[in-house]
Amino acid sequence: MSADATTPELAPSPRHFARRRRKDAFIRYWAIFRHSRQAMAGLVILVVISAVALVAPLIVNPEDLDPATAPGLPVEPPSSQWWLGTDNFGRPVLQLLLVGSRVSLIVGIAASIGAVFIGATIGMAAGYYGGTKIDKVLNALIDWFLVIPWLVLAIALAAILGPSLVVIIAVIAVTSWPLTARLVRAQTLSVRKRPYVERGRVLGASDLTIIRRHVLPNVFPVIFANTVLTVAIAILSETTLSILGLGDPNSISWGRIIEEAFSGGALVNGYWWWILPPGVCIVVVTLAFTMCGYALDEVFNPNLRKR
Amino acid sequence: MRIGSLSLSYVARKLGWAALTLFFVLTVNFFLFRVMPGDPVALLARSQRLTPEAVAEQKALYGLDQPMLQQFLTYLWQTLTGHLGSSLVSGQPVTRVIGGRVWPTVLLVGTGTTLAILVGVLAGIRAGWFRGTRFDRGSLYGSMLLYSTPEGWLGMLLLIVFAGSLAWFPSGGLSSGGETGLGSVTDVLSHLALPVATLALSYVGQFLIVMRSSMLDVKDEDFVTVGRAVGLPDRLVRRRLVVPNAILPSFTLIVLSFGFVLGGAIVIETVYSWPGIGQLTYRAIESQDYPVLQAVFLLTSAAVIVANLVADIAYGFLDPRIEEV
Repeated sequence: MSADATTPELAPSPRHFARRRRKDAFIRYWAIFRHSRQAMAGLVILVVISAVALVAPLIVNPEDLDPATAPGLPVEPPSSQWWLGTDNFGRPVLQLLLVGSRVSLIVGIAASIGAVFIGATIGMAAGYYGGTKIDKVLNALIDWFLVIPWLVLAIALAAILGPSLVVIIAVIAVTSWPLTARLVRAQTLSVRKRPYVERGRVLGASDLTIIRRHVLPNVFPVIFANTVLTVAIAILSETTLSILGLGDPNSISWGRIIEEAFSGGALVNGYWWWILPPGVCIVVVTLAFTMCGYALDEVFNPNLRKR
Repeated sequence: MRIGSLSLSYVARKLGWAALTLFFVLTVNFFLFRVMPGDPVALLARSQRLTPEAVAEQKALYGLDQPMLQQFLTYLWQTLTGHLGSSLVSGQPVTRVIGGRVWPTVLLVGTGTTLAILVGVLAGIRAGWFRGTRFDRGSLYGSMLLYSTPEGWLGMLLLIVFAGSLAWFPSGGLSSGGETGLGSVTDVLSHLALPVATLALSYVGQFLIVMRSSMLDVKDEDFVTVGRAVGLPDRLVRRRLVVPNAILPSFTLIVLSFGFVLGGAIVIETVYSWPGIGQLTYRAIESQDYPVLQAVFLLTSAAVIVANLVADIAYGFLDPRIEEV
């Protein structure tokens, strides 16, 4: 029998252990998450809306969304034919909502991932080098972005760069990262002092290795919960920017439907079916992300659970 | 040296930080509007089709033929001496354009914020003290629902119901005009009602949640347990021991939110045609009036920075422990 013929059953590799531990942690977290009625309600809503967003192009006829070939008369109230009425071009509002879910979700999720990526990177760097000059500079940057009126900055950026989907995502990401950075920095500061990090350093691990192997896995729960919460903020921000006419003029989002209804005289003429549904969609989805995010926060942070 | 319980170095540090932040805002403002999209003259030429001679003349006027550092110093000097340029739309000095719009915004956002603070803090105290009761759960869900509601859309809903269908309130603007004396006051108040309600509803949740969670933190502190053990009545424990300590985190939020007053209601002012800074911002976006946007960004940032400074220093007085940080 040769020396290297060890079977995995007899001597599991460290990676094997790590995978087992991760799986166990996931099962434990899921058990806590499942017990929260709020969290499950939010999760169900998100699954349903995501499914709708995925199949929307299959069930909506693109001609219904083109002002030139709109099937209805302008601003028809809800009827058995058009369940939620039509807009000023005669496009059915229900179809607009179905398609609009795509852009709202994409912008929300992409902007949130962008924001959390910036926030987590800066937060981890600041926390890892806690107390040094690097930390001071990064912390000042975080404070500065926290203090600045984000909407005015976002407006200035969006107005200068011109309206497009990428600009909207970038602008929201650039203005909503500082809270994440602050949270991640605090968490990193506490991880940095733990014995196994010290041990790694003594054994000669580089900063990057320590961050990747020890810091990142430990701050990841914070990052994950924060990403979900930030999606809610990003969807609201997209709505605000769209209402101000800074959204992408070539794509339909819920915020943009509201803007079109507003500038199309829906308020003055009482076209409630045009303005009410997109807002309800935004509230429901934002609420779902918020509820899931809070629940995840509680799952990962036992101190919050007694609340 | 000390001012009251505060050391002078703490105050100096905070002042220095505010000055640095303001300088950073000025720098961002300069590069954002001058360097990124070309320059003000390029923007002007794009919107008004100027001849090459006119463009050169305008460039000289704005000092754009100078080196960048020179331009930046000129910009700093002009800003500090109150020369913010002229509106591309009306041709009036930006300071005058903004000046006429400060008070409507202060009236609207000041009132709305104050209302949100009062309701939010009081409800938060109650919710935190009676944790787990129906009041607590109701106000928590309510806060979450309001937090998830886009403020502009909420404003539109209130408008369509209370100004449209029910016609209880006017649909927008600051006043109907033509009223004098007491009549004009009630007129403005009736115009103020819906936008203030929208604003207060949008902001009440954050105060409630912060106040509630700091009540929960303080409730478990040792001195509260001692107070109870000594036999103080429940009401006194709450009023004398818990609330004064729990209000500290909310205090920063309160002072800061007054800093956000100037820039805080862009969407709401737009929805209600309220002639304040928010509506001005909206119009400036529409007409690409960059000098106005630039000035609004500067002014609103400065307001928040000053509020932040006030909050830091006042906090130092209220809670001497902070100085260690």
